[in-house]
Amino acid sequence: MKIGALSRLAVLILLGVFLARPDWFGWLFTPLTRNGQAAIYTQNSLLNLTLNHLAIVAAATLAGSIVAIGLAVLVTRPAGREFLPLSRTLANAGQTFPPVAVLALAVPVLGFGAAPTLLALFLYGLLPIFENALAGLASVSPDVQEAARGTGMTDGQRLLRVELPLALPTILAGIRISAIISMGTATIGSTVAASTLGETIIAGLINSNLAFVAQGALVVGALAIIVNTSLFAIERHFSRYRRDQR
Amino acid sequence: MTDNSTPLSSRHVIDRLGIVIFALAVAGLFCPFVLFRANRIVAGEARYALDALPGWPGYFLLAAVGTGAVLALLRLDSRLRLAVSFAALAILAVGLGWAVDSVTPAGDKISRTAPALGFWLELLAFGLLAADSVVRLGLKPLSRIALLIAVSVAIATILLSGIWSDLSVLREYANRADVFWREAATHIALALGSLVAAALVGLPLGIAIHPTKRLRAVVTGLLSAVQTIPSIALFGLLIAPLAWLAATVPAAAAIGIAGIGAAPAMLALFLYSLMPVVSNTLAGLDAVPPAANVAARGMGMTDAERLLQVQLPLAFPSILAAIRIVLVQNIGLATVAALIGGGGFGVFVFQGVGQTAMDLVLLGAVPTVALAFASAVILDAAVELVSVKGRT
Repeated sequence: MKIGALSRLAVLILLGVFLARPDWFGWLFTPLTRNGQAAIYTQNSLLNLTLNHLAIVAAATLAGSIVAIGLAVLVTRPAGREFLPLSRTLANAGQTFPPVAVLALAVPVLGFGAAPTLLALFLYGLLPIFENALAGLASVSPDVQEAARGTGMTDGQRLLRVELPLALPTILAGIRISAIISMGTATIGSTVAASTLGETIIAGLINSNLAFVAQGALVVGALAIIVNTSLFAIERHFSRYRRDQR
Repeated sequence: MTDNSTPLSSRHVIDRLGIVIFALAVAGLFCPFVLFRANRIVAGEARYALDALPGWPGYFLLAAVGTGAVLALLRLDSRLRLAVSFAALAILAVGLGWAVDSVTPAGDKISRTAPALGFWLELLAFGLLAADSVVRLGLKPLSRIALLIAVSVAIATILLSGIWSDLSVLREYANRADVFWREAATHIALALGSLVAAALVGLPLGIAIHPTKRLRAVVTGLLSAVQTIPSIALFGLLIAPLAWLAATVPAAAAIGIAGIGAAPAMLALFLYSLMPVVSNTLAGLDAVPPAANVAARGMGMTDAERLLQVQLPLAFPSILAAIRIVLVQNIGLATVAALIGGGGFGVFVFQGVGQTAMDLVLLGAVPTVALAFASAVILDAAVELVSVKGRT
């Protein structure tokens, strides 16, 4: 794990330097250009695009987590049980929808820009979190529930102190999957004029400038791997914590 | 559910999900049914069901939807609920066709009439009712496939009958029928071709690295890193090396490998597919009970015989589950290939986004979703069938 943490730090530093001073790396991308094309995308600063990209993903994932966990709690309470089988099927079937289709269908409703991207990311990101929250809540054993009831906990206390903490690692895994899918969908969001890192890739494809394509792709790829491994580390921390508590 | 003291109270007669379906269906009745545009560009005029369907058909549609909504409220047998939902959907389908037909001026070929909010709400309401009934029926795998075929035949009948031929999406289709089928073939070739390649490479790779713990960690770590890279970024990253390959190796260019087009898309989909295949092969092999291996060795089987006759058959359900994941994932991801000139249904989606033509987006998105959904239903059923067989 030491090596993993070190290489993650190295990628992060390299990414930080590249975003702060992209012109230092121009020589690296020049071989990919033709007829004296620009080697570094300057229409919009890479740093701004990255921050915008991360902000959209974070906002959608946060909103998605709140709604999805809330819904999962609702359908696992006695009052919402009737919705459980259908909602499980819908979450499963909904994930066969390609994120691109969700994104494209959000455009007529919200127009171009960041709004349709946010909506698509939110709607599509709900599903893995909801599915994992359901699985996590369902995996709490009846014995544990019974013991909690025996100690005189109310329904609310049981939910907050027993069920949700035990389901936490599974829920976090859902949030990680959702965030990674959103990183990719946000990139495609540039096709509907959201100002994300996909902008450099699309600009490169339109002007057939491979340097733009490569730097956009490298930044998004590095970012996705950093986000994935960081969230995975948090997840492991909590499942270890959960094991130690037993 | 346990107390039977008040069998006639509303709790026992009213279905909770039914309340949601009832609300959606009734709300839909107060919304416009179709949207008429004199041509592709101008703003639309909303038409309510009674305006679009003058006379008895309009009243019949409203009455049928209203009856369906009330029936959805009641706790009835799931089979009856399924029949109600299908009947309502069929009436809506025919009603939509008639409404579009009556709104479109005779002989007119440039106007565009599309379903409006009212239709979509009814579709959502009765679609939910149908889905819930199917879930509650707990159908066996083969019955689920039979139901899928029945629904597909019904949809195909509606499409071929011409009831919907004036619908805006189908007018877009009629304008580019040749291109549509060409892109459909490309889409399926991309999704299936990369799946076959990933199975041919991933299965032996999984078997080869299964015994070595360190190798497993390295390979699965690498493959899952590839999976986290967003699709358009991976497509983009592959353009450069493939362009270089095409420029330096004449043979590569001769078989159609180029920086832009289907080659980087195919390669990217292949790379995405490897991870589920390899990790499920490993999981399947891990799940082979040690006793089965010992017994096979005791019978004098060689390692190869043991692999083919014991381990792989036992790991098969897990491997098939990977095929399901990969196929559904690839059908979705193949839409992105259009951005790098790889073709597929994404061509219509991105063209539609560019022209803000919703109908064109639907022409690309609906077949993609239908393909992904049908593959998921069929392969889920197959996984269930082989898992049951394996257990008995």
